[in-house]
Amino acid sequence: MALRRQIRVGSQWMYADEAHKALREALRVMEDEKGGEHGGHHLPWIRRYVFSTDHKWIGIQYGFTALLFLLLGFCLMILMRLQLGWPGTAFSVMKVLGETRQSGGVLLPEAYNQLGAMHGTIMIFLGIVPLAVGAFGNYLVPLQIGAPDMAFPKLNMISYWCYAPGGLIMLASFFAPGGTAQSGWTSYPPLSVIASQGQTWWLVGMVFLITSSLLGSVNFIVTIVQLRAKGLSYMRFPFFVHAQFVTSFLLLLAFPPLEAAAVLQLMDRVAGTSFFMPSGLVVSGQALTNAGGGNPLLWQHLFWFLAHPEVYVLILPAMGIVAEIIANGTRKPLWGYKSMVFATVFLGFMSFVVWAHHMFLTGMGTTISAFFQTTTMIISIPSVIILSSLFLSLWGGSIRFTTPMLFALAFLPMFGIGGLTGLPLGLAATDIHLHDTYYVIGHFHYVVAPGTIFAMFGGIYYWFPKATGRKLHEGWGRVHFWISFVCINGIFFPMFAQGLAGVSRRLYDGGAQYAHAKQIAAQTNPFMSVCAIGLLVAQVPFIFNFLWNAIRAALGHRDEGLGSNPWEATTMEWAATTSPPLAHGNFEVLPVVYRGPYEYNVPGEAAEFIPQHMPTAPEPAPRGGSLLPSTAVAMREN
Amino acid sequence: MDAHASVGHAELEIPYNVHPRPDTGVYNAKLGIWLFLASEVMLFGALFSSLILLRTGAETWPRGYEMLNVPLATFNTFILIVSSVTVVMAWSQLRLGNLKKGRIYISATILCALIFLVNKAFEYGHEFREHNFPKTNNFFAIYFTLTGLHGLHIIGGVIVFLYFLGPGAKMWARDPERYTNRIEVVGLYWHFVDLVWIFLFPVLYLM
Repeated sequence: MALRRQIRVGSQWMYADEAHKALREALRVMEDEKGGEHGGHHLPWIRRYVFSTDHKWIGIQYGFTALLFLLLGFCLMILMRLQLGWPGTAFSVMKVLGETRQSGGVLLPEAYNQLGAMHGTIMIFLGIVPLAVGAFGNYLVPLQIGAPDMAFPKLNMISYWCYAPGGLIMLASFFAPGGTAQSGWTSYPPLSVIASQGQTWWLVGMVFLITSSLLGSVNFIVTIVQLRAKGLSYMRFPFFVHAQFVTSFLLLLAFPPLEAAAVLQLMDRVAGTSFFMPSGLVVSGQALTNAGGGNPLLWQHLFWFLAHPEVYVLILPAMGIVAEIIANGTRKPLWGYKSMVFATVFLGFMSFVVWAHHMFLTGMGTTISAFFQTTTMIISIPSVIILSSLFLSLWGGSIRFTTPMLFALAFLPMFGIGGLTGLPLGLAATDIHLHDTYYVIGHFHYVVAPGTIFAMFGGIYYWFPKATGRKLHEGWGRVHFWISFVCINGIFFPMFAQGLAGVSRRLYDGGAQYAHAKQIAAQTNPFMSVCAIGLLVAQVPFIFNFLWNAIRAALGHRDEGLGSNPWEATTMEWAATTSPPLAHGNFEVLPVVYRGPYEYNVPGEAAEFIPQHMPTAPEPAPRGGSLLPSTAVAMREN
Repeated sequence: MDAHASVGHAELEIPYNVHPRPDTGVYNAKLGIWLFLASEVMLFGALFSSLILLRTGAETWPRGYEMLNVPLATFNTFILIVSSVTVVMAWSQLRLGNLKKGRIYISATILCALIFLVNKAFEYGHEFREHNFPKTNNFFAIYFTLTGLHGLHIIGGVIVFLYFLGPGAKMWARDPERYTNRIEVVGLYWHFVDLVWIFLFPVLYLM
């Protein structure tokens, strides 16, 4: 350090770095005296770790639960891929499904439908949304906006405790008579109305999950609008906060129609109404006794009115995470930050008027199709603006290829592929050929799997030191990244070829019995299944890396040399609190914001980066320890 | 500077819990309830849209005034409007610092809600005796679903009001402004529930 700053402690002047060391020691001692009790609160164990109202702990609860569900959803898919790769072959691993779902190790067709429906449901509603919004949003938004907690801490706790039982109900439905839901994650009637009891459980589970995300979204919006720190105007938000803000509005306004639809379908199944049941249905040679007169298309409208904004719920937080990592990894401000923000808001609005592009083949009429294909083409523009801005942000940066940066960089082309392959699906004419084929599966998995999930992985590697005070192992992180990256493309890229050849989705044998699909299925399906198993293997280093470091951190072992700001970031979650943060209460003194979110390498400033809450640029700091000069300067100002 | 240098793990109060934030002009719970009501608009909006779609697609659709008890529903409409007035009176009394009168008006609101529910129970009982069930036809299906969901909202409101009348009123001694705010917030919810009925009444009973 060129110049050692001094600060006054009590009546004494001390070197800032020495004061900092003393401060850390004092904190450690105070914590020990309290017997591990943080924040001077003598909360019982159950209030601290089970029914906690602290947004950071709730975020961690959400994160763990969601990661477990992601793994479960992935394992269901592995079983399906075994059947698709080698149809009719016996695998002893299938025996975990129980007697009713396999015979002699061969997956039964009904069970394949169950796995398919639950893979989608678990991945979307129990995995990615809770991870993206519940975990990342909960943990980071209050810290990034300089708030002491969420606006409604109790509501936050209730939100998690609606999500968890919703998940358990979904899991329990596997043991319902006739098995779990098997009508796809879209649950189209009339099939879903006449399906076995598991579908009722699915609907009840959905009501819980919808309630959870409703409470969460109200909480997020109020927190962001009301609790942002002094000086933090909207255009000084980190992009991640904007992404979460728009996402919350989507959750708030798009989920209730699905709740209405779930209530109506529940009535159809339990009270015998005919909201979605047309007259004159004959099932298994028997005429149904429903009153009839219902409309199956009504369900599709209500469902997709939720489920298209839901796509942006899946992708926007991912874009937010990637933007944070890219700004940090390139050591530059985001290129086109303003246009990205406005594009995000526009995207949010438009996502409410594109839903029927999922329904071109329902015969709803060409006029409506024309309207929805126009809005669909329009909504691709803001996505392109955001993605282009992220790409252009790389230009001229001195990129630090850390593990989070690798995942963020991979997100860009992967989401690009996912987005561009969506265009032919948004045009009614080309959709006639591609609808309900593997092309669709490839398209949205590129968006969600190597897109969103990679962003989530990047976020986990990036913010792990914040939550635990430990860094995940970089080397194993790279192993995790490269194998995952290769394998995940091996799974999803051939799906485009399959889809163009006309192979339908939801086929039990992956097309082996169909003349037009037989050849390409035989050429690609075994390879894709091997890649899926490779992807599973690639997660092993991650799981060990994650659990090992999480357990070590829980036992109180921190990386001593890490400092509070290991990535030398500018946003407030790093700069103004210790790592891991205080257990209750985020900031010793609520911070004041003086500048934009990404002041890296500002021309004319000596410092390489200037955190948002600093009134003046600090002395150039040694790598890895930035809290120190910031504290010093802030104190001197006072 | 000394205060800032102290390194306690002080838990900071959530800002703007009671007083409005100057630049937004609302306190947290008020913004929260408006957002919640926005989602409720989407919920009931979806159900009303479903009703429109089903009715326009149906070959025949019963006339509400021939199937249902219009005078009783008119009386219920009146009762709910009265309850909307009493809840505002409760809030204004609390603003004036008069807990006793505030509680009387809260009790009046609860009474109105209970009268509404009793009337509704009579209506349901009458329909069941006439063998009109949700599965009878789509008119009764949507009638029972919409009024049932609305009834659940009324019951939810009654539970919240009872809480604020009983154990929740302890807050008055500690923080009267916050207690008054809570009545304002639940009042907003209550107006919304009334408003839903104002839509339900003509759509189901008169058309």
